[in-house]
Amino acid sequence: MTATLTAGVEAVISLRHGAGGRAMRRLIAETLAAGYADTPVDGIGLAAMDDGAALRIGDRWLVVTTDSHVVHPIFFPGGDIGRLAVAGTVNDLAMMGATRPLGLTCAVILEEGFRRSELERIQRSMQETCREAGVTIVTGDTKVMGRGELDGIVINTTGVALADSVVSDAGLRPGDRIILTGSIGDHGMALMVKRHGLAIEAELSSDVAPINGLIQAALAAAPGAVTAMKDPTRGGVSSALHEMAEKSAVAIVIHEAGVPVSRTVRAAAEMLGLDPFQIANEGKAILGVRPDAAERVLAALRAHPQGAAAELVGECVAEHAGRVILDTGIGRRLLVESEGEPLPRIC
Amino acid sequence: MPETLLTEGVSELRFRDPAQARALAGALGRVVAEIGRSPVSVMHVCGSHEQAIAKFGLRAVLPRDLNVIMGPGCPVCVTDIPEVDEAIVLAQDGVRIATYGDMLKVPGSAKSLADAQAEGAKIDVVYSAAQAAELARDTNEDVVFFASGFETTAVATAAVVLSAPPANFSVLSAHKYIPPVMEIVAEMPDTRVEGFLAAGHAATITGSAIFERFVERHKIPVVVAGFEPLDILGGLVKLVELVRDRSPAVVNMYPRCVTPEGNRNAQDQLWRVFRTVGGNWRGIAHVPNGNLRLRDEFATVDARKKYQIDVRRLWTHAPSALTQVCICGTIMAGTASPHECPLFGKQCVPDSPVGACMVSSEGTCKIWYQYGGHPDL
Repeated sequence: MTATLTAGVEAVISLRHGAGGRAMRRLIAETLAAGYADTPVDGIGLAAMDDGAALRIGDRWLVVTTDSHVVHPIFFPGGDIGRLAVAGTVNDLAMMGATRPLGLTCAVILEEGFRRSELERIQRSMQETCREAGVTIVTGDTKVMGRGELDGIVINTTGVALADSVVSDAGLRPGDRIILTGSIGDHGMALMVKRHGLAIEAELSSDVAPINGLIQAALAAAPGAVTAMKDPTRGGVSSALHEMAEKSAVAIVIHEAGVPVSRTVRAAAEMLGLDPFQIANEGKAILGVRPDAAERVLAALRAHPQGAAAELVGECVAEHAGRVILDTGIGRRLLVESEGEPLPRIC
Repeated sequence: MPETLLTEGVSELRFRDPAQARALAGALGRVVAEIGRSPVSVMHVCGSHEQAIAKFGLRAVLPRDLNVIMGPGCPVCVTDIPEVDEAIVLAQDGVRIATYGDMLKVPGSAKSLADAQAEGAKIDVVYSAAQAAELARDTNEDVVFFASGFETTAVATAAVVLSAPPANFSVLSAHKYIPPVMEIVAEMPDTRVEGFLAAGHAATITGSAIFERFVERHKIPVVVAGFEPLDILGGLVKLVELVRDRSPAVVNMYPRCVTPEGNRNAQDQLWRVFRTVGGNWRGIAHVPNGNLRLRDEFATVDARKKYQIDVRRLWTHAPSALTQVCICGTIMAGTASPHECPLFGKQCVPDSPVGACMVSSEGTCKIWYQYGGHPDL
């Protein structure tokens, strides 16, 4: 049907296909992830479309994840592309329950003309972030492309870790509580303000950080009680919750009053007509926890410096499976999932 | 009883207080019950009202017998197909198009600006008219600001046009003017609209008195309301009270921003730059005086005068059969709801919209699709 609609227009990739929302998930399922079903994986493979893969090795799991990083601008308030590349991969491993990475690989593609001083600055930032996460880079690859063939720098990192048990993003059950490890929207909003040169006279800073230590504390507080995890990066908390609800076949009810949003992010989002639930985070996690362990996990998170603002924000129910419902305090409605890059509206 | 609730509710600074919202919803239910008919239908003509109603979950607390219809209040949705085509043709000719984010996905006759962008056209998303002019200052390329919006945003465009923008900057105006379309909707044979909730932000410019003539002519009450949950609920209570009392009048429930005469300075800028002309509103009708176009003395800033825009070359394919099925127009006229459209949620989704109502964050169909449209959650 869509073919008739776009008759005469050749299908091409657009930016919304990379924005972490529904359009991207559909593209991946239809093209890049298609056709591998006949070679099944022992563990969590591509078909699960999780944060990474988990392959069985004896009675343990090898967790692998890979991520390419492009960001504009490459240096932004609160971080830079190097910190993002390390934290992003460490966090994807942590979301599978693998909080002690064995090592990271790092492949860099540079544009001809890129300043050496900037590369060194990125490298220092990567080193520092690796130290924070307790990981090191064990191998890498470097390419240089001609001027204009890419925009500055692209960094790919792959992470590997061993885990005794794996947490997926599909394990939620009715009754499970939903915990957010801190305030939402900080990363995306800091970038948007910087990228579009918006005159907002307030401190906005990305939350980009490795949170494997924080997650380790949560998992240790109540072994086996964390049923699902996801880091709400591109597409924001909304996309992450939708994926979790759909894959777990439960509905998630979120109580808006309990969701931590900084005053600045709230004000900037309101001004631009954006929804903090759709804005990217790079140092936060959503945890599904068995109801009897929720308070213990919350206390463990709050005891960690990165989780001081953690909140219990919702619960899972069986009715309306696959949906994410927002209770605004006045009434209930569906939470909006972004389909592409969030765009400000006009009035 | 509702009177005291209103004064307390709307003069309070916490315009999102859930307890007060529930109290106002209770008052609304009582007034609607006093009218004793079902449904009582009122219309708002502003996407921001629908956004707020959806965002705060207000439909869940509205009385069952009150039908709050979203009228043609989304400027993106009523931008006509040929207007989108004009921007696409300019973009294909290498002109840089600066426009608001929600204009990107509006389907033209063959494609959208987002499609043109994916094919290599230069499209910049801007947040304001001033930012578009800024963009022109930073480049040697020709920049055309594809301007949409009602009188509120048109004022911002006018201010930029009057501030000596650079020579490589011009405006492709798709601006629309709300008062004439209210006449059209009120006169439509199958409308059942018994009262209008007017947009507070537009009224800060035009003033609330602009609706006096309309009320006199059509004997339908108009209430000017703001955009916080308590503003909207308070406005609705006032509106159904006027319906109950059969007293067609203009009531300003947004006095903290709106005056009867409006912002004279802004009106002056608006009418110095723009004049009204008749034109098609997508899916609605031809609206006499509904379009805002640049006056002749601003020809150098008017993209339609600066460039030869021939949209016919886009018409190499017959328009999609689906667009014939789309009932956006009836939805915006308030005589159908999205669930009555056979395409809604099936062939027509935000990812691949058929009608413009599924494109904008202010479009009825998109809002229903995203927020559920069903209050029983």
